[in-house]
Amino acid sequence: MQADVFIRRRNNAVVFFAILVVLTAGSIVITQYDLQKGFTSFIKAFIWGASNFYPDAGSLRKLPDILVKLWETVLMSIAATTVAAIFSMFLAVFGSRTTRIHVSFTVIARGIGSFFRNMPLVAWAMILMLAFSQSSLTGFLALFLGSLGFLTRAFMETIDEVGENAVEALTSTGAAYFPVIFQAVLPASMPQIVSWLLFMVETNIRDATLVGLLTGTGIGFLFDVYYKSFDYHVASLVVIVIVIAVLIVETVSNGVRRVIL
Amino acid sequence: MALLELKNVTKHYNGIAPALDDVSFSVNEGEFVSIIGSSGSGKTTLLRCINRMVEATSGEIAFGGIVVSRLGKMELRQVRTKIGMIFQQFNLVDRMSVIENVLHGRLGHKSTLAGVLGIYTREERWQALRIIQMLGLDQQVYQRCDQLSGGQKQRVGIARALVQNPKLILCDEPIASLDPSSAKTIMDHLRSICTELGVTLIISLHQVDVALKYTDRIIGLNRGIVVFDGPPGELTSQRSAEIYAKEPKDVNIDLGERNAS
Ligand SMILES: Nc1ncnc2c1ncn2[C@@H]1O[C@H](COP(=O)(O)OP(=O)(O)O)[C@@H](O)[C@H]1O
Ligand SMILES: [Mg+2]
Repeated sequence: MQADVFIRRRNNAVVFFAILVVLTAGSIVITQYDLQKGFTSFIKAFIWGASNFYPDAGSLRKLPDILVKLWETVLMSIAATTVAAIFSMFLAVFGSRTTRIHVSFTVIARGIGSFFRNMPLVAWAMILMLAFSQSSLTGFLALFLGSLGFLTRAFMETIDEVGENAVEALTSTGAAYFPVIFQAVLPASMPQIVSWLLFMVETNIRDATLVGLLTGTGIGFLFDVYYKSFDYHVASLVVIVIVIAVLIVETVSNGVRRVIL
Repeated sequence: MALLELKNVTKHYNGIAPALDDVSFSVNEGEFVSIIGSSGSGKTTLLRCINRMVEATSGEIAFGGIVVSRLGKMELRQVRTKIGMIFQQFNLVDRMSVIENVLHGRLGHKSTLAGVLGIYTREERWQALRIIQMLGLDQQVYQRCDQLSGGQKQRVGIARALVQNPKLILCDEPIASLDPSSAKTIMDHLRSICTELGVTLIISLHQVDVALKYTDRIIGLNRGIVVFDGPPGELTSQRSAEIYAKEPKDVNIDLGERNAS
């Protein structure tokens, strides 16, 4: 019996590896991807980048402009995340196994979570652009919907995990639904929830650049403008500023995490 | 007069064999009753059916003359405020302080709004402090519960139950996760809660010797059936073997071994 388990596990590994090889080789053949050319052009691209794509003294004069747009983008990401978090929190509490009012809420909350999470951000931006054209509202909504999907799922699992014991204890004392939520579920799950929130803000600042490219707003738009006008020095400065901003946000949120967890 | 009366209580989960099979007994005010039986014999299910954290499939449970089985949501909460519950895993909100966790026991007595906001009266806080002191936790009042030892956590659990002013406390293996000396402290406290405060206690236990030493009456469960109900003095080794028998015929084998030695 026991030997069977080990043999089965080994066979599984072999099958898995074989599938991986077939998939890789298959997709190279089907897309007619030239492996050698791929590598050489990568090196070429790197050389081109090193010789053109760097900020020079002139581009630094555009820095104030860039920072204004960066600030806009960061604020929009934070706004989209926090608004999404409020809605997600309601969905998660009503949908979580331990705190739901009825099973149907779980199905609905999970459905909303999956739908919004699995739709690519770019697709959201394109669809919303039809309705709201190129505006910061479009970017905000695209980030909002993506975050709503992700956070609903993350919050729901957090509550499932941490809430159960305390919910049971407080319910058995005769406490009503909302006191149990506010006195047990939220305090117990708050550190993880804040942690997910910070993660979402980080992700959204990165994604906001891409969305901005499409919707013509924020720092993404600025990058697009300079890139398309062949001003690679400023364009590279924009990229560097974004990277630094994301690093700062990551550092800050790691600090916050360390304090609350 | 009987405080608690169970008549033909049966509980089926999904399996073929019932978790509780036609259980009937009554408990008088001020009694300290232990429920013993091997793991999976239905101790937890029995305790939870009493305050309807688990719904019995059939049978009748009356508490203080009120038939609990038929109560609506609001009345059930009313009854639950009179029944405290203590858990093997303590079921505290670890991130909150001792005093906050103890005050959770008052939530059933409060309006929803006061409960949500965690507003407690001066009397309630005094009472909580008195109980905390009685259980020897006065040094830990404002400490977070995740900094406490297992024995201290369980004392917080007891305090939370006591602050409800309960008529009955249900204890589900309260000492199963504790070291022997903490376990003794907890059992001593429970004994004096019964003797000095006149609270009725029903406790499920793993250890027969603890049941013999501390409780007034023992109920033995075997696969959901009450196979013993009487004072510790009547629990002979033969009756004890019956309680822990895997199959009915095992009893004779056990007896044979015991007689031989
Ligand atoms: N939520 C549940 N769903 C299905 N079966 C359960 C559930 N809880 C307990 N059982 C079953 O009911 C029986 C009694 O369990 P339990 O009351 O937990 O026993 P004990 O507390 O004495 O160990 C066991 O066979 C267990 O598998
Ligand atoms: Mg149990």
